[in-house]
Amino acid sequence: MQDLGRFGWAHFGISASGAADALALRAGNLLVGNAENAAALEMTLIGGAFEFEAAAVIALTGSDFGAGLPHWTAVEIPAGHVVRCGPTRSGARCYMAVRGGIAVPKVMGSASVHVMTGVGGRPLRAGDTLPIGDAAVRRARGPLEPLTSAGPVRVTPGPQSDAFASELYAAPYTVSEESNRMGLRLRGLAIPSPAGSMLSEGVPLGAIQVPPDGQPIVLFVEHQTTGGYPKPANVISADFWRLGQLRPRDQVTFECITIDQALDLLRAQERWLYSLL
Amino acid sequence: MTIRPASDRSLLVSFATGITPEAHREVVRLTRAMHGLRGILNLHPAFCSVLVDFDPRLRHHAEVEALIHERLESAAHEPPAAARTVEIPVVYGGENGPDLEDVARHTGLAPEQVIQMHAAAEYTVAFVGFSTCFPYLDGLPSALATPRLSAPRKRVPVGSVAIGGIHAGVYPLESPGGWRLIGRTSLRLFDPAATPPPLLRMDDRVRFIPVPEGRL
Repeated sequence: MQDLGRFGWAHFGISASGAADALALRAGNLLVGNAENAAALEMTLIGGAFEFEAAAVIALTGSDFGAGLPHWTAVEIPAGHVVRCGPTRSGARCYMAVRGGIAVPKVMGSASVHVMTGVGGRPLRAGDTLPIGDAAVRRARGPLEPLTSAGPVRVTPGPQSDAFASELYAAPYTVSEESNRMGLRLRGLAIPSPAGSMLSEGVPLGAIQVPPDGQPIVLFVEHQTTGGYPKPANVISADFWRLGQLRPRDQVTFECITIDQALDLLRAQERWLYSLL
Repeated sequence: MTIRPASDRSLLVSFATGITPEAHREVVRLTRAMHGLRGILNLHPAFCSVLVDFDPRLRHHAEVEALIHERLESAAHEPPAAARTVEIPVVYGGENGPDLEDVARHTGLAPEQVIQMHAAAEYTVAFVGFSTCFPYLDGLPSALATPRLSAPRKRVPVGSVAIGGIHAGVYPLESPGGWRLIGRTSLRLFDPAATPPPLLRMDDRVRFIPVPEGRL
């Protein structure tokens, strides 16, 4: 269960969590006529079977998990129907938004499950029942032409970028099996660590940190709030959704751009999303 | 003070390059002064810096930088909030503190001396961070400083009282961790089902009270 995250608690060591591909969750909610922050289902690598006791309007966004339904548009589901999502056929995550929202209790202002700590509950299990809410705010609509994840992931320089040469940009990295919602562990060309140690400091979403073994870690939605490894770069906001679609063994390359370019890309992405309204 | 972008949606504000009481005071001041402002999503205090995370659709770097200066300025003459003191009962050693012997060996002290010195000191919560509600405590007697484990444990029990380098800490949840475990408390620092604040907050004073096994 995810929404856009739990903000305002980092000074207690609680990172925002929230949808790994927040853009797909927002799009799903807008397609079914919800507020973009409504709680929706996040499926990772494999889905599940979801029986609807009453008729509902849903939208499947993100990756194709073989549900046999149109994606990126509102779909009417009759009462008694079972939506079956299998293993992924494309990226790492598929979202199911339901018109009215999924009415789960909020913890600290968010329905998002922080999987690693249990804040906000736990991942769903077979047999769980979820109430559908009545919080739709406009009519359902669609379809929306999805964005494609092609080319390098764009980054801006991190706080310690001066201490690094350009190794991060030299060759592709492979997403390791040990990756999770806390961080994407990458394997590839080792990046030499700068000399000396540094004091722990606050770390944002998408920070690329380099531990002594030189294999970079991209901090993800359930990231630690502070860290002591140097950071050559930070993934741009407009590419966060692409991190959420990376699977183990996928390859990723990085390209450094300016903050102004990053913000231009974010504005273009917001225009694409709000074309739905 | 230096302010630089950490990402396209955050600024890193640094008050010093080393741990000092002055930098700690500034970290506390800025964290309080920026809390709850529109478009400011999260504040990440640390030993001598604060990361300010904002919504890039509502705010941009220059604007947030100006806001930081403005808020620090207007908070400059406010007296610091009175510090709270929290007492934490600890059962030291044995299965509650499996690394007590290692800390004694590393520091050249007897385990009883480690306990006595750890419990005699007064600590300050430098900040709460890293993982959920984890308090970084300044004030560990330097004779007790012990490096972290070379390979972190996969499971540290909830309430473990620990030493990591020159800092002390308490694990608020069962989690992986690389600090040396010297004891354990039954006091709950954080309840995942409840809304914070956690028991220990930035700038609190902390004392550890040795208690016999069975009193946890």
